[in-house]
Amino acid sequence: MSSNKTAFANGLRDGVPIAAGYFAVAFSLGIVAKKAGLTPFQGFLSSILNHASAGEYAEFTVISAGAPYLEMAFVILITNMRYLLMSCALSQKFDSAARCGHRLLVGFGITDEIFGISVGKPGTLNPFYTYGAMTIALPSWAFGTAMGVVAGNVLPVSLVSALSVALYGMFIAIIIPAAKASRVVGGVVAASFLASFIMSRIPLFDRLSDSMKISLLTVLISGAAALLFPIKEKDEAGDRTDERQEGEVKGHDA
Amino acid sequence: MTHNIYLYILVAAAVSGLIRILPLTLIRRKIRNPFIRSFLYYVPYVTLAVMTFPAILAAPQAPLAGILALAVGVIAAWKGMKMIGIAVLCCGVVFLCETFMTFFA
Repeated sequence: MSSNKTAFANGLRDGVPIAAGYFAVAFSLGIVAKKAGLTPFQGFLSSILNHASAGEYAEFTVISAGAPYLEMAFVILITNMRYLLMSCALSQKFDSAARCGHRLLVGFGITDEIFGISVGKPGTLNPFYTYGAMTIALPSWAFGTAMGVVAGNVLPVSLVSALSVALYGMFIAIIIPAAKASRVVGGVVAASFLASFIMSRIPLFDRLSDSMKISLLTVLISGAAALLFPIKEKDEAGDRTDERQEGEVKGHDA
Repeated sequence: MTHNIYLYILVAAAVSGLIRILPLTLIRRKIRNPFIRSFLYYVPYVTLAVMTFPAILAAPQAPLAGILALAVGVIAAWKGMKMIGIAVLCCGVVFLCETFMTFFA
């Protein structure tokens, strides 16, 4: 029992810097939510249930467009696809005797950062460590979103305009280091920029919503990249998440 | 056709919840298929790239501010700056650029 308490406390401690970052970025997301017509409570609800920057951004573009619910399901499936991979990786960190309830709760809590610290723990994962991080990080994300919706009404236009790019800054912070580390990823990112720009300029695609364009481009470009440049195990080592996964799998084998 | 925002949130939450929970509870072996592994590897970068551009041009009041924020953000990320630093820097660039434009326009 006391080891669970210690694990929870450690998770809480490691979750503090994550929570601070989340608040700032969620604030920017809240501005997008406000533009899509969400109330502060709806922004909070969306963030506590969905807690994904790219996924929620896509969610709000679907709401803005008033697109069909089925499109929402498809768009979320595509933009949150990486959580599938993370969920697979975490499944290998669990004691085979671990109860289904723990798998369920830890799965619900997956975000890029919470996954990162959970999978980085040596040995078998104590789910209470993840719970500790979730306890502080997820509410911070949700409150940040709600505050963004509120402040979108209160702040001067010039500040809202400036804050609206914080989210893109975070996206850039993820894709550019990966593009720097791998020429293939760099090429894929450049092709994505170009294709996205072209699609936005061709009137033929005007009837597609922004989120549908994002999903279509993601499936097409990722599929083409997977066919043309299938990754080898060593390429994946450059990827933070897989590096840890590989290391852990080896640890289990030993 | 009008849609309910709560239903939208519910659909999004259900799908993202299933994506996160199902592999963890059902699949217990490592994915071996090279195409699926490669596809999953590229998905996050492509999604984030197509979301960023050209949308970053439309987010601020002036597209020029968006272009500058993108350029400065990319350079800072290339130089190894942390995520929060880049986010703050991009906001600063837009604020300065638009402030200058109102003075000189």
